[in-house]
Parts: sequence; structure tokens; C-alpha cells
Amino acid sequence: MSEVILSIRGLAKNYELGGAFSRGSDVVHAVEDINLEIQEGETLGIVGESGCGKSTLGRMIVRLETPTRGEILFEGHDLAKEPKKALRALRKRFQMIFQDPYAALNPRRQIGQIVEEPLRVHGVAKDERTRIAKDLLKRVGLDEGAYEKYPHEFSGGQRQRVVIARALALNPRLVVADEPVSALDVSIQAQVLNLFKDLQKEFGLTYVFIAHDLGVVRHVSDRIAVMYLGKIVELANADDLYENPAHPYSQALLSANPRMGAEDKRERIILKGDIPNPINRPEGCSFNPRCPKVQDICRTTSPELLTIGARQVACHFPN
Amino acid sequence: MAFGRKKNTAEISQTDGGENAIANKEVEGLSQRQIVLRRFVRHRAAMISLFVLISVIVFVFTASEFHIGPIGWNGWWHYTTTDTPNLINCKNGAVGCPTLTITPGKGFGFGAHPFGQDDIGHDYFALVMRGAQRSLLVTFIIGIVAGTLGTVVGALAGFYRGTVDNVLMRFVDFLITIPSIIIGSVIGYHFGNLGATFLALYLGLFTWTGLSRLVRGEFLTLRERDFVDAARVAGASNRRIIFKHILPNAVGVIIVSVTLLMSAAILLETALSYLGFGVVEPDVSLGLLISKYQDSFTTRPWLFWYPGLFIITIALTINFIGDGLRDAFDPRQRRRITKKDRERATAIKKERKSL
Repeated sequence: MSEVILSIRGLAKNYELGGAFSRGSDVVHAVEDINLEIQEGETLGIVGESGCGKSTLGRMIVRLETPTRGEILFEGHDLAKEPKKALRALRKRFQMIFQDPYAALNPRRQIGQIVEEPLRVHGVAKDERTRIAKDLLKRVGLDEGAYEKYPHEFSGGQRQRVVIARALALNPRLVVADEPVSALDVSIQAQVLNLFKDLQKEFGLTYVFIAHDLGVVRHVSDRIAVMYLGKIVELANADDLYENPAHPYSQALLSANPRMGAEDKRERIILKGDIPNPINRPEGCSFNPRCPKVQDICRTTSPELLTIGARQVACHFPN
Repeated sequence: MAFGRKKNTAEISQTDGGENAIANKEVEGLSQRQIVLRRFVRHRAAMISLFVLISVIVFVFTASEFHIGPIGWNGWWHYTTTDTPNLINCKNGAVGCPTLTITPGKGFGFGAHPFGQDDIGHDYFALVMRGAQRSLLVTFIIGIVAGTLGTVVGALAGFYRGTVDNVLMRFVDFLITIPSIIIGSVIGYHFGNLGATFLALYLGLFTWTGLSRLVRGEFLTLRERDFVDAARVAGASNRRIIFKHILPNAVGVIIVSVTLLMSAAILLETALSYLGFGVVEPDVSLGLLISKYQDSFTTRPWLFWYPGLFIITIALTINFIGDGLRDAFDPRQRRRITKKDRERATAIKKERKSL
């Protein structure tokens, strides 16, 4: 077992609704009580529907959002409570890759300046910066001429390579990738995913890989966490999860994933209803209004995330 | 240019109608600055206005003497605002009429007093030049002061949001409720004697409100963009994020509204001087000239025409330039498809069919 690089305990994020004049008591529970440990060198996939809190979780890990409760332990520091100044120094150890490569690059700056920015912020000398940036651009598969160009001169896939180069500039240990390929064409997705794998080997990176595309997640992840309404409902090795999902939600999610071949006789589980409003969660298990296996206990008691064999499941009646 | 043309035809053939071709061409291979510049150059009214405005500025500032601090020069015009040459009688019995002659084919001649003379013989050309200098100076000072203030306040409110935003914007709301002409007259009443420069500085302190709201809005949108998050993850300071990431992307909005603000400023200055609260004698401004000679409108209308002509020219050209800039910076703005474009597109279609 390798070393734990990041450990999350009881992490939660609430957003309070209401403007200056309303005594708003509505609270959106975007993320609730997450416990996770991420091993050095692994890729942890996080999947779930839109609005299930997976992006919020990713943004909390890199402290773009301040958690409401809980701890994020990284290299002996609690990122959730680290003061701003100390946090800025720590930032070189964890970086983020964004979903939309068109929005993630400042249109007014040259590629070279963009990739060098993190180095500049952390006080690396000019010559050294240029050397590192040019080297990184080569590693991510862009040619040297890119250094002086502007973002609009590149395609989506190339831009995403620039975003990756920027994230790696400070030689981080942990990279949070928030749907890094969902804005790209399928053919480009494969290239970028392979780049992710190559870079992981080369730099010994640890990834938190957020996505909603199940095929993509399986391709890159060692372990996968399935999220539903701000909670982790199942956490398992990628292959175990895909072969034999234990939580009814994971089963439904995976049955929606198209497979090649005619011999696929799996039944498609079609969930009824919508994802519940995170302001008024259902009593008991949050999945109970849509669950095909729902029993009385599900409507009253919320299941804990329990370890069963090699996996963790939050369900009263796991498969 | 030949290269651009070639690329364009290739794209028209791809998109059939050629409707997107122009937009595509503008996106491809050009930096933001180049696109903006190209669109601005294509804006005919703005280009003509820019040319006219620069000509007027050069003409006005060289004609009459101009001093600011140690720099200054005497103009090429041989009368100053204080000279009182003898009044010249004209043909129809009036005195001091303009000698400017524009004959088609023969060109134009200045004569002794191109814009005529006032009651006691002052050369009106010299007075109008001096007045236009003052008005332009006031306009630019208001532009700079209000532009800076509006940008800073808007940037702070939009970037920090919350309490800072609330306090600043309620203050702006308060200022907006007071008409600027009233603020101007109160300021003019108390400080008018300090001269045009100080009047402009004070006016600048009260005319930045609209700009600050626009900049605030722009900052509110830009601060949520992913590249700002990326800078934050990299560990960039707020100062760095504001100056390197947000401000350069908001510069279009700022330039455009400062230009439009300036054309409003020249009218404000004129109105105040006309009411007697702006520039006061012995200094000269265009509004002051109009106000001083308003009685002679029926008998000697040129005392009215020439300052008016300069006010309209300056305000109009600045406005057109502002319009041109706004169109150039607005990404949704597309050039109209001209007849020529359509012909070219159909020609290419035919060619492809015949192949």
C-alpha cells in the first residue's frame, strides 16, 4: 500500500440562499460529509450526475471554495483552515485542470506567459521559467512556436494541452482535473487521455479525475467514487465497480452506459423522477424516491458508507 | 492582403452561403487587438471623425497661443484675444462681419478677420480658437479624471463584491440622483474663478458614476471565468489577478464609455459656461462666447455660428469615434454582407457545380 497523499474527513459545503433583504434560511447542501483517502500515484475517478457536487468537491480540494466543515489533510497541513498566505506557498504542490479550455486561458496573454504564470508567481527567475515552459510545451505535444502565440490560434485540444502544461509547471504532486475532456471531440479526447496517462508515469502524479462520461473514467481511473446528491454512495476499484456495481444508483448509472456488441443482455435500469432538490433532501437515504429496491428503512434512516470487502457502499441492501 | 483574400474564398466555398465566412475570417489567425483595429478601420464614420477631430485639434492648438506650465507657443494667427483692431465696415451696413471666403474652384481665403469681430473689434477667430482650446482641454481632463475614478471604483466593487460593493454602489446611486448640471452649477458658482483646468477636475469628480457601473458589471462577469480561477490556483495575488487578468479584458468597455463620456463632457462644459457657471471672463470658452453674444443672433449671427460649429464638430466626432470603438470591441457585431461578398459567394458556388 502506498502512502496516503490526501485525506478528506467530514468535508461539507453549504451555500446559503437569499439576498441582502431576505432572511434566507434556505441552505443548499452541495457536498455533505465526504470521507476519502487518496493514495500517492493513483487516479481517483469521481462520477455522478450534473449537480451532484463533484465539481464543488474538486474545487474545495484546491481551495477555490472554502469548505463549510471538515478537513483536507495534505502534507501535514489542513487545507480547509490554512491561512491565505501559507496557502499560497502550498499551492505549488496541487494544481487544477479545467473543463473548458476556451475559458481557462486568458485571451490577452501569450501561451508562454500563460504557462509561466505559476512559476512567476512563485518567484522563479526569467531564464529558468522560459526553459521550463518550453520544455513543458514540448512534453504535452505542442511545438516550440506555440510559445509566442495567443490562445485563439489553437484548437480546443491544443488549448487543453496548454492548460495541462500550466498545471504541471510547478511540478505538483496532486492534480485535480475537472471534466478535462468533456469539452473536446471524441477523437481528441483519446489523445488527451493518453497524454494524462503518460504524464502520470513521467512525473509520478496523483489525479483526482472528475467526469460524467463513464467510459472516460474507466479508462483512466484506478478507483472510482460514485456521488449522488453531495454524498459518496459507492467507492470501489474501477474494474470491480464496472463488473459488479453494489449500489442501486451505480447499477442504474452503469446500465445507461452503452456497450459494444450484441451479446450485451443487461437490463437497462431507468430511474424515475429527477434528482431531488438539494435544499429539501428526502428523509433517510437521499436515493429513496428513485430507488427500485426501496424499503421502509430507506425512508427513515440514512445508510452509512460501510466497507464491504474491497469496496465501500452506502446502502441498506447492497448487491 | 492577397493572402487574406485567398483564405476568404476558401472559407466561403466551405460554408456555401458565405454568411459565416467573414466572421470566421475575423476569428482565425488574428489577435484580439488586430480584430478590433481592423473593425475600427472599416467603420467609415469613425475613421472620418477621427481624421476630422485630429485636424481640428491640431488646427485649434497651433492657431492661437497655448501655454501649459513651461511648455507653450505663440500661434500662427496674427491677432490675440486681447487685440482690438479697428472695426471693419461691411457692404450691407453691418460692422465686423466675417471675411472668410470659400469659392468653389478658387479655394478659400481667410481675409483680415475670417470669423468677424465682436462689438469692440476683438478678432473673433482668435477668440473661437482660444475657446475651442479651453473646451477640448476641459473635455480631456474630465475624460481622464472620470475615467480613472470610474474604473477604480467599478473594479473594486466588482472584484470584492459584498460589503465593498454595497457601500460603493449605494454612494454611486446617491450621486446619480443629483443631475450633473446642478452639481456643475454649484461647483461653478464656488470654483469657477479658478479657471478651466480646475473646473474640469471638479466636474470629473462627479461624472464617473455611469462608467463605474459598467466596469463593475464587467468585473463581476470576468472574475468568474476559469482563467481567473486558474490564476488563483497558481497562487496569484488579488493585485495580479486584477491587473494582469481582468483589467486587460475589460479595457474595451472602458475605452468606449470614456469616449462617450467625453462627448457628454464637452456639452456639459458648454452648458455650464452658457449659464455662467463654467469658464468665466477674462478666459474664453465656446459656451461663454455663445452666451455673451446671444442678443446679436438676429443682427450678427456669425458670432453664434462659429463657436456652435466647433462645439457640434467636436461633440459629434468624439461620439462617432465612440460608436466605432463600441462596434469594433463588440464580438457580436458583424460586418454587413455587401453585394460584392454575395456575388463572390455565388461565383464560387457556380464554379463548384461545374466541376
